[in-house]
Amino acid sequence: MNLLADGDTSTTRTWTIALFLVFVAATLAITVWAGRRTKGASDFYAGGRSFSGFQNGMAIGGDYMSAASFLGIAGMIALNGYDGFLYSIGFLVAWLVALLLVAELLRNSGKYTMADVLAFRMRQRPVRTAASVSTVTVSIFYLLAQMVGAGALVALLLGIKADHTFLGMDADTAKIATIVLVGALMITYVVIGGMKGTTYVQIIKAVLLLVGAALMTVLVLAWFKFNLSDLLHAATTKSGKGPAFLEPGLKYGKEVPGDAWQTMVNKLDLLSLGLALVLGTAGLPHILIRFYTVPNAKTARKSVLWAIGIIGVFYLMTLALGFGAAALVNRPEMFDPDKGAGNVAAPLLARVLGSHFFGGDLGGAILLAVIAAVAFATILAVVAGLTLASSSSLAHDLYANVFRRGKTSDKEEVVVARWAAVVIGIVAIVLAIFAQRLNVAFLVGLAFAVAASGNLPAILYSLFWKRFNTSGAVWAIYGGLGSAVLLLVFSPVVSGTENALFPGAHFNLFPLTNPGLVSIPLGFIFGWLGTLIGRDKADPEKYAELEVRSLTGIGAH
Amino acid sequence: MTTSSETASGERENVDSLQIQRGPEFAALRRALRVFVFPATVVFLVWYALYVALSAYARDFMAVKVFGEINVALLFGLSQFVSTFLIAWLYARYAARNLDPKAEALRREYERPADDATADGGPEGTVQA
Repeated sequence: MNLLADGDTSTTRTWTIALFLVFVAATLAITVWAGRRTKGASDFYAGGRSFSGFQNGMAIGGDYMSAASFLGIAGMIALNGYDGFLYSIGFLVAWLVALLLVAELLRNSGKYTMADVLAFRMRQRPVRTAASVSTVTVSIFYLLAQMVGAGALVALLLGIKADHTFLGMDADTAKIATIVLVGALMITYVVIGGMKGTTYVQIIKAVLLLVGAALMTVLVLAWFKFNLSDLLHAATTKSGKGPAFLEPGLKYGKEVPGDAWQTMVNKLDLLSLGLALVLGTAGLPHILIRFYTVPNAKTARKSVLWAIGIIGVFYLMTLALGFGAAALVNRPEMFDPDKGAGNVAAPLLARVLGSHFFGGDLGGAILLAVIAAVAFATILAVVAGLTLASSSSLAHDLYANVFRRGKTSDKEEVVVARWAAVVIGIVAIVLAIFAQRLNVAFLVGLAFAVAASGNLPAILYSLFWKRFNTSGAVWAIYGGLGSAVLLLVFSPVVSGTENALFPGAHFNLFPLTNPGLVSIPLGFIFGWLGTLIGRDKADPEKYAELEVRSLTGIGAH
Repeated sequence: MTTSSETASGERENVDSLQIQRGPEFAALRRALRVFVFPATVVFLVWYALYVALSAYARDFMAVKVFGEINVALLFGLSQFVSTFLIAWLYARYAARNLDPKAEALRREYERPADDATADGGPEGTVQA
């Protein structure tokens, strides 16, 4: 029950809140400043397209390295050893899809949203509607994951215990208050600052996260005199799981003795996860719209290169953080299921490192507070990016191009986008309050699987396949998105197992927990089938316009 | 014919995309792009798939200790980082040498800046080709 001794708790709490307030004050000031410089639609949606490759690379890192990566992967490595590393690798390699096939072509051919590219040579209304549905679905699931995570974290990090109160709130009320606070802040960033404000929030967060992670990595390595083998040895010994701790298989692709079927299913599940991770990134709408914030394709390429460097270094550091937590943090405390089962591994590691290197309990309490504040900053920056992506799509795709058939002014669109951000924010807050029981990894997995199945096939066909037509695009999006969501509903994640959403029910007809292995190929097949079956022919002139624009930048916005 | 799509701004639409697309310079640019990105995508996806497959089906191999506590699984995982950085760097170098000059030449030929309008005659700007 003792996350912290009581004296340390109040020190940590004070410091966490103080640091968090400094972050909020600084980012709000920048947001107001950015808001004053946000005049038209191109400022609101795309930050005026004036960011440099390095700035956008940092912002992409800030948008992408979510609390799920920072807390989730470190916790997973601390708990299951090597298998947490699989996530880091998939999340990084995925950027090559974005670099080689998507980033530059999308930058040249689109304007504000993912749908700009998908609908470029198609009939506008059906394709934009489909793309908007898919954008909002992916973003809402991702938003929920972050907000539920924020709620769970706050009770832990502020040290609110089941029978204690904080400012008169018990732990459950504090969680809800946190979700509302996070939601209100993200709405503020997006409504006032638009893409400019959001970008600066993400850049600041990326710097804080990298500095925090680097500090902890250096301290962990220093603890073991920079001998990686010693660190791994200590982690293995303390884990009590023997050499298996450093090998794949403790969590994913588990071998069940005597049950060949389950063993096969587990291994296929590992392949499915691997596929969804590597193909999901280039279909995430909040990542894709970041490419519009730079002046041209060359800068888009530079920003992805910076992002790959930043994200790669960060995921390498998660190795040290995860194995460091395994070696140095008290396991029962780290994996108390009431405390997020491993999600607090990194903050607890900060406390151990702080008290060892910076003078006892006070140092520990302060370093814990620093890392906790960084975790909140991380969540805020990611939810702001997601809210912006959804509201852009609602305003630019659904309102301006579907409802008003393109007959709106820039000014009107921005007003709608700001209101859309408020609506999306409120929906996310309400859903997150009701979704608190949902597993965070499940929500992120769903977002990646849906993005890879519903968005990526349509994007790649649009850019590279001459014959791809309106019905192909609509089939690809609804087919991929629908099969991913349906397979998840009938998966063991939702029913039939101990940890399922409905443990008592049994409609788990599909054995895999991640639908990617089936739904991603289905997305491609639906797009191909829809193209062949559809009566509308692809327009060769439109394809020429798209191809020339995407490759050369002629006519690009 | 020229196009004025719903998505396009319309301000610089007096360029015939079909004509550019059918020209040899554009074909060369497209070939230069595809000849790198398609094989590179196959390479990194196969390399990554091999890693995931070995993690699932070759546990004994992945468990072999190379030195100290460092085993094949860890080195293989780290090699994915190395290959990602390497492919990204190779692409950046290739694009700067082989793609950017071609795209730049096409832009110079067909996308006349407004203040340049009197410099050459026709809207197609066919100065050399």
